[in-house]
Amino acid sequence: MSTLITPVAHAAAGLIGLGSYRPERIVTNDEVAVRIESSDEWIRERSGIIERRYATAEETAASMGAVAGARAIKDAGLEPTDIDVVMVATFTHRFQTPSAAAEVSHLVGATNASAFDISAACAGFCYGLAIADSLIRAGSATHILVVGTEKLSDFLNPDDRGTAFIFADGAGAVVVSATTTQGISPTVWGADGSAMDAIIMEPDSVQAGITHEPSLITMQGQRVFRWAVGSMGDVCKDALAKSGLQASDLKAFVPHQANLRITSAIVKHLDLPESVIIAKDIEYTGNTSAASIPLALDALRSSGQIKSGDPVLLVGFGAGLTYAAQVALTP
Amino acid sequence: MSHEDILAGLAAIVNEVAGIPAETVQMEKSFVDDLDVDSLSMVEVVMACEDKFGVTIPDTEVKNLNTVADAVNYIAANK
Repeated sequence: MSTLITPVAHAAAGLIGLGSYRPERIVTNDEVAVRIESSDEWIRERSGIIERRYATAEETAASMGAVAGARAIKDAGLEPTDIDVVMVATFTHRFQTPSAAAEVSHLVGATNASAFDISAACAGFCYGLAIADSLIRAGSATHILVVGTEKLSDFLNPDDRGTAFIFADGAGAVVVSATTTQGISPTVWGADGSAMDAIIMEPDSVQAGITHEPSLITMQGQRVFRWAVGSMGDVCKDALAKSGLQASDLKAFVPHQANLRITSAIVKHLDLPESVIIAKDIEYTGNTSAASIPLALDALRSSGQIKSGDPVLLVGFGAGLTYAAQVALTP
Repeated sequence: MSHEDILAGLAAIVNEVAGIPAETVQMEKSFVDDLDVDSLSMVEVVMACEDKFGVTIPDTEVKNLNTVADAVNYIAANK
């Protein structure tokens, strides 16, 4: 019987670079409220959002992802040609194929990298960290670019009271590399496809081709709120337990910026010490799905609230339904 | 458990979730119109009621719980 060579493993993996991109155009609650007969006050109360950013017509999920990715590579002190794998978490790439990652790898000049997209909606970035960590420690790669990027404004119904004020555009990225000590804890993740219709783009793309209506995002807000608030507390506790850290060791809690009300409810269940910073990037960024966690991380680091090496608890959750949580050390 | 006990328990939950004084949570009050408890807070209230009273309150039922009395009666009937 033949045996094949087992790849030489890396002892550890961690985050060594971080970058993000926020589109220039600020969209106020007042602007969004007009078509949904709402108000700035109602939007703030309901979601915590004060303003959000929309990309230009020329920008795409891939182009924004490339800007964030290039910044993360630079932050890591690497060249694009050092990257072995480019992973892009997104669901707003404008093509079914080729992948956003293929385009991003071309745009940033990561000519030595393999490339693929992760379709796990708002859990996509945390899924990406889990996969990158596994690939590196298995010896399949040394440097991996993980990007979360969305141009949700392309797929939004401006008259839908449930979603029009929530979703927005942006991109964030990290470089995950072989390190001397482990910087990513075991991921607690899962999915529940029985709840496919909770957050979904409708009509499906085949139907859209026939009827010529655009596929737009819809969400059963209360149902998703209930699921997130009911389940993500335990998921986070589990991830924390598996990381070897206590809640008091955490510098920040960075959940997917779905809705500040969800964040607050999860924080209540987690009973985090006062010292743990709670990411509230949604206030000025909106819900950018797969981009929300790296965007929030970069905002916290840029403001000096977290520093390199600080442990942060991450949790992504969304369409699928999907979820993933892990602790990571700030790059 | 009497309706009074359920009402008291529910009032404590509404106070905890939405910061509304427990004594204003009275049977004839509408959650949304009188108590200013929005639909997201209602979800939290419902989840806390499930834990406290050992009932199951599915999403389909939540939209029928317009007044405090609706909630108290539902809990009493399904405990």
